[in-house]
Amino acid sequence: MKARPDRPMVRISTIKALLQRFSFVLFVFLSIALMVFGRVEPFMVDAVRARVSDAFAPILNAMSRPAATVARFLESINTMIELHTENNRLRVENAKLLQWQQAALRLEAENRSLRSLLEFQPGPTASFVSARVIANPGGSFVNAFLVTAGQRHGVRKGQAAIAGPGMVGRVVEVGDWSARILLVTDINTRIPVVIESSRQRAILAGDNSELPQLIYLPPEAAVHPRDRIVTSGHGGMFPPGLPIGEVMSVTDRGIKVQPLVDLGRVEHVQIVDFSLPAGVIYDMAEHADLP
Amino acid sequence: MVNIWQRLDQAGRNLAPGAVTVMLALVGMIPLYLPGWERITPGLALMGVYYWAIHRPDLLRPSTAFAIGLLQDLLSGEIPGLHSLTYVVTHGIVMSQRSFFLASSFLLLWWGFALIVFGAAAVHWASYCLLTWHLLPVDAVLVQAALTLTLFPPFAWLFIRVHRAFLVNPSR
Repeated sequence: MKARPDRPMVRISTIKALLQRFSFVLFVFLSIALMVFGRVEPFMVDAVRARVSDAFAPILNAMSRPAATVARFLESINTMIELHTENNRLRVENAKLLQWQQAALRLEAENRSLRSLLEFQPGPTASFVSARVIANPGGSFVNAFLVTAGQRHGVRKGQAAIAGPGMVGRVVEVGDWSARILLVTDINTRIPVVIESSRQRAILAGDNSELPQLIYLPPEAAVHPRDRIVTSGHGGMFPPGLPIGEVMSVTDRGIKVQPLVDLGRVEHVQIVDFSLPAGVIYDMAEHADLP
Repeated sequence: MVNIWQRLDQAGRNLAPGAVTVMLALVGMIPLYLPGWERITPGLALMGVYYWAIHRPDLLRPSTAFAIGLLQDLLSGEIPGLHSLTYVVTHGIVMSQRSFFLASSFLLLWWGFALIVFGAAAVHWASYCLLTWHLLPVDAVLVQAALTLTLFPPFAWLFIRVHRAFLVNPSR
């Protein structure tokens, strides 16, 4: 009779021991199952990711502030030291830019008058959403940013993100108030581009190195180092003419492109909302008979 | 009444290993604006899993290791389940050799961590090569592993501080 009260205890402890022994195997299998599931159901995983990113965005936002402040402080010391040389450089650059401004104004006027002659249909205009980079979490295999703007701010999947002089990547996943931007260096990035001077079309493909490559160029295409690479606008996701990078080297193993933006130092990005209006093809058809 | 507070206190203290490891996972994602840093960010959470699996496996169970890994995968945009697998397997390996690790010196502990770090790096590299069907560059992942290994002593010191502050009962 005495043994009876012990029995449930014995059973529970046996089950516990069994569970502990099998929990390792269980979680290994669960991890592998998840990896397979992620391949089969990428959209569902993306939806979960967006929720988790939304939940952790405020924490990451707060945590990233001190690092940003320190970085800005170091940057300011650096600028102080180089103030004099920087000032001289800026003077020269300013003079050069004023000349360019004159050229741009003249060209703009000329452009306007030529457009009025042709009754040119201007492309859709873009609007911007600014966001702070709160994490670049990927490590060696995923090059991405987490930013503080989401669906509520008008960010949609596929939009381009720019920072300073050029494009940094595109939005691949959107939560309510956070979004993930896949950088141009990531192995999954494919962007339709043109070489600015020759108007040769190509695809910019990341390969997880710091320099993405140009692919699908015809063999006879002339590409030279320092050629600028800009988005072509094909596919309708990005506005045409967004600068991305410069050709760095042309070798047998491929054409490497140096992105214009230093991806390790991006603090804020602008997400370009550029959607082709539904009637654009209709409009083009309507104007097709014009001279 | 006192009993409840004591229990709450103990429960809070018992959360320390998991909480520290989650914090490290998040800290590892913060942009530091150093050139090239984003490609070689050290795997801080792996250190946490390794340390706590040796010293308090009752407070950082395989399920916690799995959850932390999954959180990191979801936040970082990596393959879901890859970090979970890494952490659970790390936990399993450490548990199978626990008596050895507990008895050994810090240098041996470090050496053990080296095996874990480079093993994990190899698994990650192989997974991404399979996934993308490309032979990916190994330089960044090797530097990342080496950096993780180099940074282990200061973080181990941090874990020891947390361990002593929260989990060692002075009355005993």
